Amino acid sequence: MKKPLLSPKSSGFVSTRNACKLCSPLGGSIAFRGVEGCVPLVHGSQGCATYIRRYLISHFREPVDIASTNFTEDTTVFGGAMNLKVALENITQQYNPSLIGVCTTCLSETIGEDVPQMLRIVEVEANRHSDGPALVAASTPSYQGTHIDGFREAVYSLVRRFSYKPQLPESQNSINLFPGLWSPADLRHLKEIVAAFELRYTLLPDYSETLDNPVWDDYKRIPAGGTPLQELRNMGGALTSIDFGGVEELSGEGYHSGAHFLEKEFGVGRKVLSSPIGIDQTDRLMKFLAHVSGNEIPDLFTDERGRLIDAYIDGHKYVFGKRVVVYGDEDLVAGLTSFLNEIGMKVVLVASGTEAKSLKRALANVSIDALPLMADADFEEIRAFCRENPPDLIVGNSKGYNLAHEAGIPLVRVGFPVHDRIGAQRILHIGYRGAQSLYDTIVNTLLQQKQDSSRVGYKYL
Amino acid sequence: MSDFLKDRTSQIVTLENNAPDIACEKKSLAGSVSQRACVFCGSRVVLYPIADALHLIHGPIGCAAYTWDIRGALSSGPQLHRLSFSTDLREKDVVFGGEKKLYHSLIELIDTYQPKAAFVFATCIVGVIGDDVERICKKVSREKGIDVLSVMSEGFRGTKKDGYAAACGALSALIGTDDSYHAPKFSINILGDFNLAGELWILKDYYKRIGVNIITCLTGDGRVDEIRRAHKASLNVVQCSGSMMPLAREMKEKYGIPFKKVSYFGIEDMSDALYEVAGFFEDENMMDASRALVAGELNMLIPALVPFRKDLTGKKAAIYVGGAFKAISLVKALRLLGMETVVVGSQTGNSDDYRLLQKLCDPGTILVDDSNPNELSSFVKQKGADLFIGGVKERPIAHKLGLGFCDHNHERKEALAGYEGMLNFAREVHASVMSPVWKYVK
Repeated sequence: MKKPLLSPKSSGFVSTRNACKLCSPLGGSIAFRGVEGCVPLVHGSQGCATYIRRYLISHFREPVDIASTNFTEDTTVFGGAMNLKVALENITQQYNPSLIGVCTTCLSETIGEDVPQMLRIVEVEANRHSDGPALVAASTPSYQGTHIDGFREAVYSLVRRFSYKPQLPESQNSINLFPGLWSPADLRHLKEIVAAFELRYTLLPDYSETLDNPVWDDYKRIPAGGTPLQELRNMGGALTSIDFGGVEELSGEGYHSGAHFLEKEFGVGRKVLSSPIGIDQTDRLMKFLAHVSGNEIPDLFTDERGRLIDAYIDGHKYVFGKRVVVYGDEDLVAGLTSFLNEIGMKVVLVASGTEAKSLKRALANVSIDALPLMADADFEEIRAFCRENPPDLIVGNSKGYNLAHEAGIPLVRVGFPVHDRIGAQRILHIGYRGAQSLYDTIVNTLLQQKQDSSRVGYKYL
Repeated sequence: MSDFLKDRTSQIVTLENNAPDIACEKKSLAGSVSQRACVFCGSRVVLYPIADALHLIHGPIGCAAYTWDIRGALSSGPQLHRLSFSTDLREKDVVFGGEKKLYHSLIELIDTYQPKAAFVFATCIVGVIGDDVERICKKVSREKGIDVLSVMSEGFRGTKKDGYAAACGALSALIGTDDSYHAPKFSINILGDFNLAGELWILKDYYKRIGVNIITCLTGDGRVDEIRRAHKASLNVVQCSGSMMPLAREMKEKYGIPFKKVSYFGIEDMSDALYEVAGFFEDENMMDASRALVAGELNMLIPALVPFRKDLTGKKAAIYVGGAFKAISLVKALRLLGMETVVVGSQTGNSDDYRLLQKLCDPGTILVDDSNPNELSSFVKQKGADLFIGGVKERPIAHKLGLGFCDHNHERKEALAGYEGMLNFAREVHASVMSPVWKYVK
């Protein structure tokens, strides 16, 4: 009989070898970076903030300032209230932020810190003197879920803390957009799509500028951009919300969604869509936007769609039946699987570091044949799978490089993190345009593989 | 400087006559956005290069995920160190304790990978949830017949330096456990080189050419069985003194092995490192061989540096690295390229090293301890630096402001130590500073 406290992974291992996930405060910090004037603060040891910064800098290649409350032994024994207070003061002095977003850690949660309560006390004290920054806390212990859960938790905390139901006509024409952990290019494209339907919108989070800046003359302690706090406040009065990668039926406890909160509290309609990757999923988005706006789908997009189908046809034989392994964050692999299916590739494995119920939930909106799912996956398990069932292509973040290289299988880099190429922030996944870019990359990668492994030296393929 | 933190004033000094000594070895201020990491980081980076050991990180997933294959510490053989193993503690483990998971993880990993020894890193919550890591380690050690060493590296228990000390403790437990080895006459250990981009192999070649045998390097290209024999050396040569001094002192006390602090960056320091060793052994042949080696290398290197020096003369550099001892070598190496250092600082420098820097640098240079992006970005701008030397976290500061950048941290892919390292350094600095892209920034 299995030991009751141990739940082995599909490989039978108890330990995780080369994790295919990151910890929750990382996701929370990214979400907070997507709010205008916000500085994220990690409530725990110095290393948490520094490791997260280093990891994000290697992906975005941008300054990513994240503060820490710098726990010491005393803090761990006597509590972190004082450190939190000092950190808030020091951040305010250095950054003059309009918002500080606090992420908890395994340490602060384990010793039972009540951060929301501490923040309330600080706010009450501060209001007597001056206008300090707004404060918000997200519960992101690293032992719970993955970075994607941290990302969603921070978004949920922001909505819960700040939104209300304003009686403003302009917000009633506005829709709320809750994206997954997409690239800055994806967020920019989503805004472009929604604006083309002549819709007002609030995108939360919006790090399309804050984590993808032009070059600067002077160092910007807080980069421009992000969801304005005022818009965030007005989300409760919006026409509807799109919950990308969200869950239709929210029966399970502990699943937090900003869009769901707005539905429950203020009756804002909620539309659940998969990440719009590929034609099928993008069509769903376009149709919904046409319905909400009352406008036709703009020619710009029908033209893009037409060219995309033309490309699908030009390249269909190169990809048909090719075996592909997909791994990464659950939202992303759901969208990618839908896309890979529609171009005729055979998805032989969908792997994610998230737990089984999250992965199944994410794939629920994607109509696909039964496929092998590997939840709670790590890269050694994915590697073992690829050894036994060698695919023709691997699609995922750059952490699969070693296993792909070892097996001689090409890797198309998508999602997060991409640490071994430049341009991670410019990888476009969503919309017809994103599908076009992914499609060209995949076809050309397969063609190059074919060309490289042939002695003939074909010049036409 | 009004928008810098007032409590940090003593850790920033502009060099001039009668400048005060810089304050250092202080805890980072909460909310300061320090570039430092934590105790765990210190332990992890020091032990990481031991290639035939299992490195298991006990805690939730973050610490293991962020340090997977993090250093460019190369191995000539096994690659086990490049895998990231974690007990990946979940909520139920936090409630019921993680000992069972730790035990089973160790057993399965030792069975699968057959390591020569295992290091178990305790992260933040391990002590808080009451896991007795040492007991589990001892139990597994008995059952599996290999050393299983606990490294108590909870992030909050001090600074990165305390993590270095915990790692030195684990090394110390291995050293002296193989007495059967007979060391050749001129045998040393290299302490504090991590074989980034194969730098150790360059040094090994130099030492071999002057007739010196290296028993082990702690910890670059490290092997457990070699570490066991380290007590047979006549001399410890310490490079990254910030991390390895506790061990060097302990080995002096315990085994009577003297140590010398050296650096392998730049011509002067590299040459001194060889002369110091030859001088220690009081061997004329070795001294002659060292002189011949240095002369031969410089004959090739100096002319090769000329074109770089020509372009780089008068350019200004900022340095922000982990320890201040390395910064000293960098200031000298930059001078050799005709460059002036205008800002220099470190995460964890000590007062001895800072005093040396204070003496070495020109008036007007800004010296800073435990700095942050706000200060660094402002200093490089204020002093008009053309180049920033640092690690990944400093790179975007440089690039966003339109400065060249040279990575002198874990992730460097070009060897920067030794004479050929000096040439690589010159090439890398030149490639960044002289790029035409900077003309679009202004």
